[in-house]
Amino acid sequence: MMGIVIQGGRILDPANDLDADKDLFIDSTGFITGIGKAPEGFEATRRIDARGQIVCPGLIDLRARLREPGLEYKATMESETRAAVAAGITTLCCPPDTWPVIDTPAMAQMIQSRAWRFGLAFVHPLGALTQGLEGKLLTDMAALEEAGCVGMSNALEPITDTLVLRRAMEYAATFDLTVYLHAEDPWLRNTGCVHEGEVGTRLGLPGIPEAAETVAVARDLALIEQTGVRAHFCSLTSARAVAMLAEAQKQGLPVTADVAAHHLHLTEHDIGYFNTQCHVRPPLRGLRDRDALRAALQSGVISAVCSDHQPHEPDAKLAPFAESEPGISGLETLLPLTLKLVEEKLLTLNEAIAVLTVKPAGILGVECGSLSVGATADICIFDPKVHWMLSAEKFVSRGRNSPFLGWEFRGRVTHTLVGGEVVYELGLAT
Amino acid sequence: MSNDARKWNRTMTQTNELVDINATIAYMADELRPRLAQHPIMIGIHTGGAWVAERLHTLLGLNEALGTLDISFYRDDFSRLGMNPQVKTSNLPVNVENRHVILVDDVLHTGRTIRAALNEIFDYGRPASVTLAVLIHRDGRELPIEAQVVGHHLKLKKHQHIKLLGPEPLKLEIQEAHT
Amino acid sequence: MKRDDLQFDSHGRLRHLLTIEGLPRQTLLDILNTAESFISVGEREIKKVPLLRGKTVVNLFFEASTRTRTTFEIAAKRLSADVINLNPSASSTSKGETLLDTVRNLEAMHTELFVVRHRESGAAHLIATHVPEHVHIVNAGDGRHAHPTQALLDLFTIRRHKGPIENLKVAIVGDILHSRVARSEIHALNTLGAAEVRVIAPKTLLPTAVEKLGVHAYTDLRAGLDGVDVVIMLRLQRERMTGALISSEQEYFNLYGLTPEKLGFAKPDAIVMHPGPMNRGLDIDSAVADGPQSVILPQVTYGIAVRMAIMALIMGGAPQAESPPAGGRRA
Repeated sequence: MMGIVIQGGRILDPANDLDADKDLFIDSTGFITGIGKAPEGFEATRRIDARGQIVCPGLIDLRARLREPGLEYKATMESETRAAVAAGITTLCCPPDTWPVIDTPAMAQMIQSRAWRFGLAFVHPLGALTQGLEGKLLTDMAALEEAGCVGMSNALEPITDTLVLRRAMEYAATFDLTVYLHAEDPWLRNTGCVHEGEVGTRLGLPGIPEAAETVAVARDLALIEQTGVRAHFCSLTSARAVAMLAEAQKQGLPVTADVAAHHLHLTEHDIGYFNTQCHVRPPLRGLRDRDALRAALQSGVISAVCSDHQPHEPDAKLAPFAESEPGISGLETLLPLTLKLVEEKLLTLNEAIAVLTVKPAGILGVECGSLSVGATADICIFDPKVHWMLSAEKFVSRGRNSPFLGWEFRGRVTHTLVGGEVVYELGLAT
Repeated sequence: MSNDARKWNRTMTQTNELVDINATIAYMADELRPRLAQHPIMIGIHTGGAWVAERLHTLLGLNEALGTLDISFYRDDFSRLGMNPQVKTSNLPVNVENRHVILVDDVLHTGRTIRAALNEIFDYGRPASVTLAVLIHRDGRELPIEAQVVGHHLKLKKHQHIKLLGPEPLKLEIQEAHT
Repeated sequence: MKRDDLQFDSHGRLRHLLTIEGLPRQTLLDILNTAESFISVGEREIKKVPLLRGKTVVNLFFEASTRTRTTFEIAAKRLSADVINLNPSASSTSKGETLLDTVRNLEAMHTELFVVRHRESGAAHLIATHVPEHVHIVNAGDGRHAHPTQALLDLFTIRRHKGPIENLKVAIVGDILHSRVARSEIHALNTLGAAEVRVIAPKTLLPTAVEKLGVHAYTDLRAGLDGVDVVIMLRLQRERMTGALISSEQEYFNLYGLTPEKLGFAKPDAIVMHPGPMNRGLDIDSAVADGPQSVILPQVTYGIAVRMAIMALIMGGAPQAESPPAGGRRA
């Protein structure tokens, strides 16, 4: 048997509770074939030197926008999946708010096959919860699932008719589909673009009150209980909402949640003086909220960290704050920002890898995020000691819109393998 | 001794000798007295010129109020140096239209201050005439401007500046500019 | 990106006026003191001084306003500058590139000063971060964020009629939530050490955490005006009812409109101000607007002098306030 061996690295696989200095063996068909001891008759066609580095499952990003189809002037599937693997991310999930919307099996298939063609990161689409995301009519959820959708979502479009939301949840529950929810009451949100608080007041920017999130979370939780659907809250931002979620989980409701990496580090104060790089939706909130999100990640109430990747062309951010487009190009800071929490002693390294691998895999319900023997060889190798600074030139993504430009990070991806193939190597143009 | 002779006598004063200011101002008042027949009004240029003008105004017994001029808005070096926010207000209580004006300043050097003052006065009205009286006349003229009444002539080196300090007591100081 | 670095150049001179926040006390005083001199210019026959001769000032008003634009125009012309008025349309979908591209096109025509008014908070700041070194920006109002020239002329008015700010209690009444004038005034009053700054409005028109700006918030006009030396009335946009922010003009006027009787809650020698335009019968009763305690008309005259002072201070590099160096003030 021929294959690749990753030698001398520290294997960190929370899915299998593994933290050991062992070699990893991958066969030529792209599956993991051994850990620690070479399998019988194994011949290495390539040896990857991973001494001093961490070898973990390829990272899973629960939310990344690839801008294709519809917004190709911002980025493309090729550029963004390439950016993903450069950041150690081998699987990503994209929301259905492409143009056209992913509300037909054809769209779902098109996205997957297009991503497949590039041979970079795997893309799992979410199907639209309502047709055209308009919040009125149900989509063919069974067909969408068949076509590869791993869950349903109405993305950032609100479903204002509570009855429609209830029915959509019940329908999704029929097929055991997970509903991905963005909890935001559209009327309380109004024209807001920042957290409603002292920074918004000082800058004279319309605010989105915390109640916009908690009102929606309360409504959604009540319906989740009523309908029995499995639900996942995307990008929670407020301490209160986290408390509500914790209570619901204690009651045994099948709800999970993720947090965007930037919400674990930034607050409304980082907006400074109209820094549009900090214009995100949902908005950066207060210090108390940030600390509650961190605590929730530690306790497991929030189980995954995602990038909420939204690449933009430069002009999108070169506007007065309220007119600028929200979103951060976040793929390349997903791992670094999560590792920063380890540096700050908020998570162990094991926990950090877990919230980027096994936990999101569990939410997606997809087989990935582990280094089990027999699993697809989606692997991330990173050097935890390397210091580096994020600069605009370093971005692989088409979008350079990030408030983390100039930040110093510790830990950098050196190799990424997808299906046993090296798709990224630091220092080499792939 | 004729006025001219007296003028040239003063030219020979050593630069480091302090000038007797009170005597000089009294001398200026004498020189200006003949012009009282024209019923002149007096205008002093902030800050030093106004101090000198106050004393002249009293000595000559002028009964119309003294005007003061701040030429900050008419300087020719605004683009380079900008505006000093300690601007004092110009105040011309008497209409200059058709009047004989005695303009008073402390030091006549390049002539630029007087140029600015004349422009400003003309924005207030059209005087019948303007007579310039200065406490100190020094070399270094950059514009074709001369005073009709001079308290004291001085010859200074290029890097030296003379400054009138006040308001009480009035004192002349020579400053050496640093290169 | 520190905002106060942006308003000052590398020599510490005022380069842009974008917001009162972050300006040192001395800078505010310099502007007010300089404005005093310009008042006398406005009182004589020839109301011009040659300070900005040869310079071009562009009024870039993305949000229409005849009043403010006119005072800036008069101010610039009294400084002998050439003035160009532009009202580019700003539709709700217009992006920042239109804003910046407009500015770039104008720069090519050698404009030194832009006076900018825009519907969105942060617009003046955005422009200021993208212009070359010799270009200056004066914010004539950006969204709800700031209107520094208005605040300065209000402070000038207060100083002229009531003396030093330190002793005074000032109340600002009306739609604080949407008011850039209020925000700038609050910063200015606090920087100059006002004894107390109050805002008075129904809860719907008070922004969240408004006390953090350094004010005491009142919802009752009577309690709020008690012992106050200066009453600043804000304009209420009549459309606020549709946003469910007030119930009716009637009730608003009953509770917050300034009538002679309500004015009586303040000190007997209190002055009344209004940035204009007034809604008579809604913000303020005509008897008060035209009454003896009102300084609303003089505010307009002061506005020209204050804006002249701002433009003069920004356009010239300010020298050290003391003795000039070699080649300095030459007689």
